[in-house]
Amino acid sequence: MPKRVIVVGGGLAGLAATIRIAERGIPVDLFSVVPVKRSHSVCAQGGINAAKNLKGEGDHPDIHTNDTLFGGEFLADQPLVQGMCRDAPAIIDLLDRMGVPFNRTAEGNLDFRRFGGTLYNRTAFCGATTGQQLMYALDEQVRRFETLGLVEKYEHWEFLSLVLDNGPKTRGITAMNIWDRSIEVFKANAVILCTGGPGLVFGKSTNSTINTGAAAARAYQQGVWYANGEFIQVHPTPIPGADKLRLISESVRGEGGRIWVPKNKDEKRAPQDIPDSDRDYFLERKYPRYGNLVPRDVATREIFNICVVDGRGIGGKNIVYLDVTPERSGQPADVLERKLGGVFEIYRKFKGDDPLKVPMQIFPGMHYSMGGLWAGYEDKGDMIVQMTNIPGTFAAGEVDFQYHGANRLGANSLLSCIWGGLESGERSVQWIQSDTAEADSDVYGSELKRQVEFAEKIEKLDGDENAFKIHDELGEWMTNYCSVVRKNDKLDELSAKINELEERFHRINLSDTTRSANKTFGFVRALWDMIQLARPIVKGARIRDESRGAHYKDGFDLQKPESDKIGEASDHQGYRDLCAEIAEKWGANFELPEKKGDISPEFQEYMDKWVEKERRWNKTTIAEYKPGTDGPELSFRDVAMTVVPPRPRIYK
Amino acid sequence: MPEKITVKIKRQDGPGREPYWQTFEVPYQPNMNVISVLMEIRANPVTADGKKTTPPSWDDACLEEVCGSCSMRVNGVARQSCSALVDQLAQPIVLEPFSKFPVIRDLMIDRSSMFEALKRVKAWNPLDGTYDLGPGPRVDPETQDDMYKYAECMTCGCCLEACPQVNENSPFIGAAAIGQTYLYNQQPIGKALMDERLEAHMGPGGVGDCGNAQNCVRVCPKDIPLTTAIAALGRQLTWYSIKSFFLR
Repeated sequence: MPKRVIVVGGGLAGLAATIRIAERGIPVDLFSVVPVKRSHSVCAQGGINAAKNLKGEGDHPDIHTNDTLFGGEFLADQPLVQGMCRDAPAIIDLLDRMGVPFNRTAEGNLDFRRFGGTLYNRTAFCGATTGQQLMYALDEQVRRFETLGLVEKYEHWEFLSLVLDNGPKTRGITAMNIWDRSIEVFKANAVILCTGGPGLVFGKSTNSTINTGAAAARAYQQGVWYANGEFIQVHPTPIPGADKLRLISESVRGEGGRIWVPKNKDEKRAPQDIPDSDRDYFLERKYPRYGNLVPRDVATREIFNICVVDGRGIGGKNIVYLDVTPERSGQPADVLERKLGGVFEIYRKFKGDDPLKVPMQIFPGMHYSMGGLWAGYEDKGDMIVQMTNIPGTFAAGEVDFQYHGANRLGANSLLSCIWGGLESGERSVQWIQSDTAEADSDVYGSELKRQVEFAEKIEKLDGDENAFKIHDELGEWMTNYCSVVRKNDKLDELSAKINELEERFHRINLSDTTRSANKTFGFVRALWDMIQLARPIVKGARIRDESRGAHYKDGFDLQKPESDKIGEASDHQGYRDLCAEIAEKWGANFELPEKKGDISPEFQEYMDKWVEKERRWNKTTIAEYKPGTDGPELSFRDVAMTVVPPRPRIYK
Repeated sequence: MPEKITVKIKRQDGPGREPYWQTFEVPYQPNMNVISVLMEIRANPVTADGKKTTPPSWDDACLEEVCGSCSMRVNGVARQSCSALVDQLAQPIVLEPFSKFPVIRDLMIDRSSMFEALKRVKAWNPLDGTYDLGPGPRVDPETQDDMYKYAECMTCGCCLEACPQVNENSPFIGAAAIGQTYLYNQQPIGKALMDERLEAHMGPGGVGDCGNAQNCVRVCPKDIPLTTAIAALGRQLTWYSIKSFFLR
């Protein structure tokens, strides 16, 4: 049998991987729970980052690397982030050649806009539907390879498990046909999981209803490490809704949108009638340099504090204003419509108001998982980018953990999906050349049997519990206790709750036992995995006694000194020692500025604590599934630092 | 506001099975859309007359009208059910699967024929490869703006469902694939395959089968100017026919 690669998931990462493998002449089987064109990547709105420096600002891929590492609070393995940022301009060119209708300047060049966590115009965009446009361009390229016989699509098929031999080495997958519930085995020499994020573990999120995280959870339960699970991005500006939280893109702020609440808690006027003198633009007030474009974790915590801690949300509710009307954003209505029409349409359709006339009402919501399947940097000559700890199983896209550290910058996700996808495709092709051993034939039969038996077990669930109710409870608890602010006692309660939900799972009543397109069966099957995936997320949060990026733990926040007491980290001897140690470990050559002199006592104290915290916690969390226990076994790996030394993350 | 929402759903247990109707009542909440009503029914699948039944199956994903999954007939109109807000709908709300596609179950349909049509018209740019080949061609903002309109097509199928020319007795390809043909004929790189695309539209099923009912443009959830594309492609085809006649 000729060697094949299986790609699971048809979002941007999966399609990029498929294209690269097919281009190398290797046949690909592409599995997706929906027609690939409907994957969640279509929801990405604002754009894709690349330091092409077409605005004459002196931008450079190395500055992009630095912004990404700093924004992620130095938790990402640096060589790979550097690779991604350096290749980003060529990726934009590739997308351009595929026919992506990027917005243009008058001269016909690509236009770029501002996004969070950077001071440069680095984000290429297609109105406010960039993800959709990238998806469609890649989808058509995959269709081209389909007509050439190199790609076989299995749409409406759900990944159930990896087939592993005793090596363990990857030998294929099992999958379920959603339309008739049949389960089959598919052979391959490498499997690339591009299955997206776990939004549904948090109940309501900005994610699509297909983003259960089940595929990642299934691989994790088979031994693939789940890394940095505790780092969950809560986006500052979705519209709250009964069925989902609809994203309002960061690009709205990139185009001049401003976040505010009335200065007077009891304000009764309509928002458009409130003058600037009575508005508190709290992000601009606290962060004069970055303003509304501070990174997402910072913006989210500030909004959360204004509403939940200070009780200054609009009408006492958890809502703030996002004002992008022409008067406040400084751009004419027709320009705003051309650049942001996609998000305006969503707001008009679902809220009934026009954002060009009335400020939008928004509140933070679960959006993205920085953590995921471990596919990181190995300090070895034969390292294989994007491969997990199980040989032959790769991960790319949101499901991997690699590129965004403790907090992802806006418009970096489309980039990491495509770069990770192309890389995983390339590396899987190299991998299968060296994979010469034959699989024991009985591994296929035994894995199929295991999956059929699990399906039969679910079919027989006839207790008194409602699966959708269990899911609602899981989502509420995860959102309340494991999102913006975490507390150790609440995380302990949450762990106990997850055990309770798992116990109740066995008493579910499966209200539908038919075979044909039984969506309830699929949901219950995935619910098991959502419960399993909640554990590495919660346990990681519980163990990590610090605050870093999106992980903010009450009582473990290092108070930053007042701005006039902030000095240069490089003037602190402990910091210099730390940098020297890291440089030696990774063979890096960091150039620190000369020591200028003494530093203030406040800053000295802050830096002492900061250095101690870095030594203890600047590590990748690795969760390893341990069957028969109520949680994973956690361990920590050093972060590869070859580009820049870490430094305190202070935005002003 | 009413306390309850009444929903009539046309159900079908599987491909080729007889359809039947069921009525459900769901407690009213503000800002509900059709999907959240279906989710309520799914969690408690009991009909209005108190009979336990199986939960209805439907397709959904993004719930913000960018994925094209949740197409169905809502009160007789082909649309995305996620953006169908209950407050704007007459009751009882009547939900049916699209009639121009095979039903998989209940409100789920098989639209793979639409993706096959995209293969037929070669709706892509013929790239040399994914490696670094430098920037693409410059495009003026007006052309970009025009291409963007057509590039928003989600392959949701509303235009086919509403089209009288799309039926069991006709091979008509439908407006969605015509829009994509027109889009890639405009692409600076995609133009290279223009003749092949026009060839695909010669004869039965091609753009010439359009009956000019203009229903497609009325139901398109993305307001894509489909009739403009149909007219423009018709003209391209005419020139192509004349050209090929003289070259023969």
